[in-house]
Amino acid sequence: MSKPFLSIEQLTQRYPDGQGGEFTVFENATFGIEKGEFVCILGHSGCGKSTIMNILAGLSEPTSGVVKMDGQHVSGPSLDRGVVFQNYSLLPWLSALKNVTFGVAARFPDWDKAKVVEHSTAFLAKVGLTGDTIHRKPSQLSGGMRQRVSIARAFANEPKLLLLDEPFGALDALTRGTIQEELIKVWKDTDQTVFMITHDIDEAILLADRILLMTNGPLAQVAENVEITIPRPRVRNDIVEHPNYYAIRNHLVHFLAKRSAELSGKSSDRNSPATVRFDLTGETATEDPETAPLLRAVQA
Amino acid sequence: MGTLSENKKAALLSVMLLIVGFLVWELSIPAQKAVGELTEYELLTGGGQPKAGVPPPSQVLGKAWEQLSNPFYDAGPNDKGIGIQIGYSIYRVLTGYLLAALVALPLGFVIGMSSVAYKALNPFIQVLRPISPLAWMPLALFVIQDSEASAIFVIFICSIWPMLINTAFGVAGVREDWVNVARTHELGAIRTAFTVILPAAAPTIVTGMRISIGIAWLVIVAAEMLVGGTGIGYYVWNEWNNLDLTSVIFSILVIGIVGMLLDSMFGLLQRAVAFSE
Repeated sequence: MSKPFLSIEQLTQRYPDGQGGEFTVFENATFGIEKGEFVCILGHSGCGKSTIMNILAGLSEPTSGVVKMDGQHVSGPSLDRGVVFQNYSLLPWLSALKNVTFGVAARFPDWDKAKVVEHSTAFLAKVGLTGDTIHRKPSQLSGGMRQRVSIARAFANEPKLLLLDEPFGALDALTRGTIQEELIKVWKDTDQTVFMITHDIDEAILLADRILLMTNGPLAQVAENVEITIPRPRVRNDIVEHPNYYAIRNHLVHFLAKRSAELSGKSSDRNSPATVRFDLTGETATEDPETAPLLRAVQA
Repeated sequence: MGTLSENKKAALLSVMLLIVGFLVWELSIPAQKAVGELTEYELLTGGGQPKAGVPPPSQVLGKAWEQLSNPFYDAGPNDKGIGIQIGYSIYRVLTGYLLAALVALPLGFVIGMSSVAYKALNPFIQVLRPISPLAWMPLALFVIQDSEASAIFVIFICSIWPMLINTAFGVAGVREDWVNVARTHELGAIRTAFTVILPAAAPTIVTGMRISIGIAWLVIVAAEMLVGGTGIGYYVWNEWNNLDLTSVIFSILVIGIVGMLLDSMFGLLQRAVAFSE
């Protein structure tokens, strides 16, 4: 098998625990992401999701392990990896448009001003921001609009990899739904590779091609890789009717509610997370042969 | 009355307070006693002369009119118009202040960015900051040997601290998210400083600059009383020596008004750089 577009190998993060010892947040996280894929990572607070995100963004360094993108070793932040932070991280003294042009001008330094503005306006329109709204300061925008600007800024930069750190965490459910749909639309239009942290199971099922499940920290692991076998385009109301939906959902809920704690702290020497695939669209449930190692892992 | 806006009501009240204040002041100045009622002792001690008392506001206003109608006359070293005196003071304040800004803003940036620089320089700042600027005056006069430059130095030394500390504080307090935005956009150190850190820290920095200009204007009066020659501080002291209290009161008012104008300039600047999150 060829190397995936993004490969995370044996990533481990330890911090000093303040008593001379060490505290391991997560250990030997190994997984890959293919070009154009939308991958979500689910896990409880404290399992190191955000740390993984920061390492991928190049904002922090892992204790050991490597991240390779396109075969290149990743170190330090880069315009090739765009980030949407949970708290939007818009610059409050700039208008929505200026926040986007700020990024675009940094990404494409040889573009003239008109082109930068045109490109930025187009991406703001993709997330539903047009007219006077784009000239307002972030403080004059609602939370949902701010996050739209943040998403537009990230997509407008056309990075090779887009990292979303709980982008909808601070939004109400209605706004979240709308922006999720916009996110899918922009993602489809741009063929981005997206890696997203979330707490929300339904959101993950709606958006992702695959969901990575993490066990609880400390000593968290990326334990499973659940494929979302629901065809796109997915519509919030329709996917619940799909035969695979509840199988996947129940599996995820069960994992987060119970198994993430049971599996926690157990070192595993497996190099990559077990793949889980539900497909009930046929007459009978077909179990993927790859689920076998998973069952062993549960018993262990 | 209900139709007036809040601002109009406040303005009306201010004017009324001013008029009432002037009236009370005017009426509280005791009239000179008639010469005939004086005892012999009072006559011997000069009680028959018009007493040097606090002048009533009518006299001060008259003085103001006289001074302001010809502010730039120059009739020798001890008799210059109020405009010239204020001009000297503003020139000294701005020169000292701009020199202080040239040092404090870059240095504050360095201290704010580097915790090593902060820890290394903090003891010096903490010792130097509480020193009354006028305490530097003898040393400045001795070393610089020029009263004009010494006054400017005193302004420099008093206005540097709030700017330095606020710049360092503002720069150090820039939200990490914003710095991360700069990092993920691969901005270089210089561009990060100018496009992210400076605008983020600007409200704090301008607050420091505003405090500094206020202190500088307080100190220039005292400094000019010491160095003499020109300036509004010298003017106040000179009129005191002339026992011309009308001029003293008039110049006190002028000091207040110029200070207010300087402060409101920075108020405007502060509004221009402010942002809400």
